[in-house]
Amino acid sequence: MDLAVVTAFGIVYAIATLVLLALGLAVIFGMMGVINLAQGEFLMLGAYTVLLATAHGLGVWVGIALAPLCVGIVGLLVERAIIRFLYGRMLDTMLATWGLSLALVGIVTLVFGPTTEGVATPLGFFTMGRYSVSYYNVFVVGVTLAALAVTYGLFNFTRAGLVARATMQNAGMVAGLGVNPAWVYMGTFAYGAALAGLGGAIMAPLTGVVPTLGLAFIAKIFITVIVGGPVILLGTTTAGSVLGFVESVVSYASTPIYGQVAMLAFAIVLLRLLPQGISGFWRRGV
Amino acid sequence: MRAEPAVWTTGAVVLGGLPFLLSLFQVVQLTVFMAFCLLALSLDLIWGVAGILSFGQAAFFGVGGYAYGVVGINSGSTTLGLAGAVASAAVLAALLGYFTFYGRVGAMYFAVITLTVTLILHQVMGSTAGPRYAIGAARLGGYNGMTNIPSLALELPGRTPSVLEPVPLFYVVGGLLLVVLGLGRALVRSSFGRVLRAIREDEGRTELLGYDVRWRKLLTFVISGGIAGLAGGLFAGWGNFINPQVFSLSQSALVVIWVMVGGRGTLYGAIAGALVVQWLTNYLGAASVTYTSVLLGVALVVIVLIFPGGLVPAVGRGLGWLVERPRRALAVLP
Repeated sequence: MDLAVVTAFGIVYAIATLVLLALGLAVIFGMMGVINLAQGEFLMLGAYTVLLATAHGLGVWVGIALAPLCVGIVGLLVERAIIRFLYGRMLDTMLATWGLSLALVGIVTLVFGPTTEGVATPLGFFTMGRYSVSYYNVFVVGVTLAALAVTYGLFNFTRAGLVARATMQNAGMVAGLGVNPAWVYMGTFAYGAALAGLGGAIMAPLTGVVPTLGLAFIAKIFITVIVGGPVILLGTTTAGSVLGFVESVVSYASTPIYGQVAMLAFAIVLLRLLPQGISGFWRRGV
Repeated sequence: MRAEPAVWTTGAVVLGGLPFLLSLFQVVQLTVFMAFCLLALSLDLIWGVAGILSFGQAAFFGVGGYAYGVVGINSGSTTLGLAGAVASAAVLAALLGYFTFYGRVGAMYFAVITLTVTLILHQVMGSTAGPRYAIGAARLGGYNGMTNIPSLALELPGRTPSVLEPVPLFYVVGGLLLVVLGLGRALVRSSFGRVLRAIREDEGRTELLGYDVRWRKLLTFVISGGIAGLAGGLFAGWGNFINPQVFSLSQSALVVIWVMVGGRGTLYGAIAGALVVQWLTNYLGAASVTYTSVLLGVALVVIVLIFPGGLVPAVGRGLGWLVERPRRALAVLP
């Protein structure tokens, strides 16, 4: 019984991390259509924010709170400096952000060194029968739900979200109604970056902080968002659940590496069957 | 187009003469550059000609290298090894291409999926440390890589195989490059190549004209994967070594940079791009891997923002403009 509950929680936790990490990309790629290959590096910068905060005695929680802010600002600068010239040129966007990704990994390696730095996991454990479960993992699931709810609410129930969705559908019409689409793109991109910063910060105590942190996740999160399809948030959540389930089950049965391989193979077969992604046939929405 | 026989002859003569002009070290270096040229050519075929951006060329290159090692170590025949390299990469391309092209996955998704496959291969090959992971006598070796891969040898029926010295190896790799380039050009100029270019320009319209784009894309992808696999096999045979680094993000980026620098769609450009970039990288002294990665990244961003058509063509246009301007100025004078 205990084993079943703990395993089930482990699967929920794996799904939650996948969805949390993919959420920023769902906004940037799913909604704006910007293939941002530097998304993994946004995660990495979020993790480094936590590392810096703890190194300066601010504590993990302050770091986690600061990360979305810092990475959001980085996202803003990136959008202004690179992305805004490349809207509508998807391939070029992809190549430029790839370059950005390489450069960011290189720069962070030069500044902080190539070693993995640990951040102590806050909170403690509670025991369930013979097994112990970390409170932090419960916290991760909670943060994921909160981030999903906030993002969903923001895009569906606020004026800013309405304008953002309208801009993605028809930028010319929005401009005609007196809103500058450039500002909307900038804001949405920054919000996606901030979400990535949050995800990276949350992961920092769990995975350790290393310049190549993003590489471990970039493949997974892109596959999740692609499989998610056009209904961005619910699709990504569903895809994250399915893929996270496959990955964690196979990981339990063999090794995490085979878990990733199984997840990828499953996703490719799924895309053969549902080329539009899981939510391809749903009613459109966010 | 008419000038191609002249280009071939010049190419062959230059290739034949180079070993007499260069030092042994430079010959060895140029040999591996030519293997990279093959890799660049494979990407240009699928991306420049057919308009399908594949980030997976590094994956095929790596798979080819590993296959060459496994077959070469187990069978002792390097010719079989090269055949295995081409075949295994082509099979991987066929599998991947079937699911994506027949699933009608969009071009962007295709690019991302090929990248994902490459990154996952990186992690999978990295996790193969320990003697448990071996195919026959060939240890995969995790992040340390596969060692003791046999050098390319000349194998004629009825004679004992002899390992190729650097200069003959140079000729073999150079000859293969010329042959593949020739076949590639022939493919591009054939009616099949015309359809590929039509797919690049407008896939929907090509389909409406009655061409089944799916198998054409698949076939091109398989050919391109095979060429990349050949390049990987030559690379492994050249250095007697391969490790998961060939699947890394920077390696995949490098292939794209070669083609971007050289300009897309001509196949010559890809080769020029690979040579220029590799020569520059060596010239800059490869100060450290980290600096290289920063430079590569910045180069990629700058090329995309400022020279989207390719660096070599842009330089060519710039030179043309410099020549043209004084001439025009003179023409106006009297």
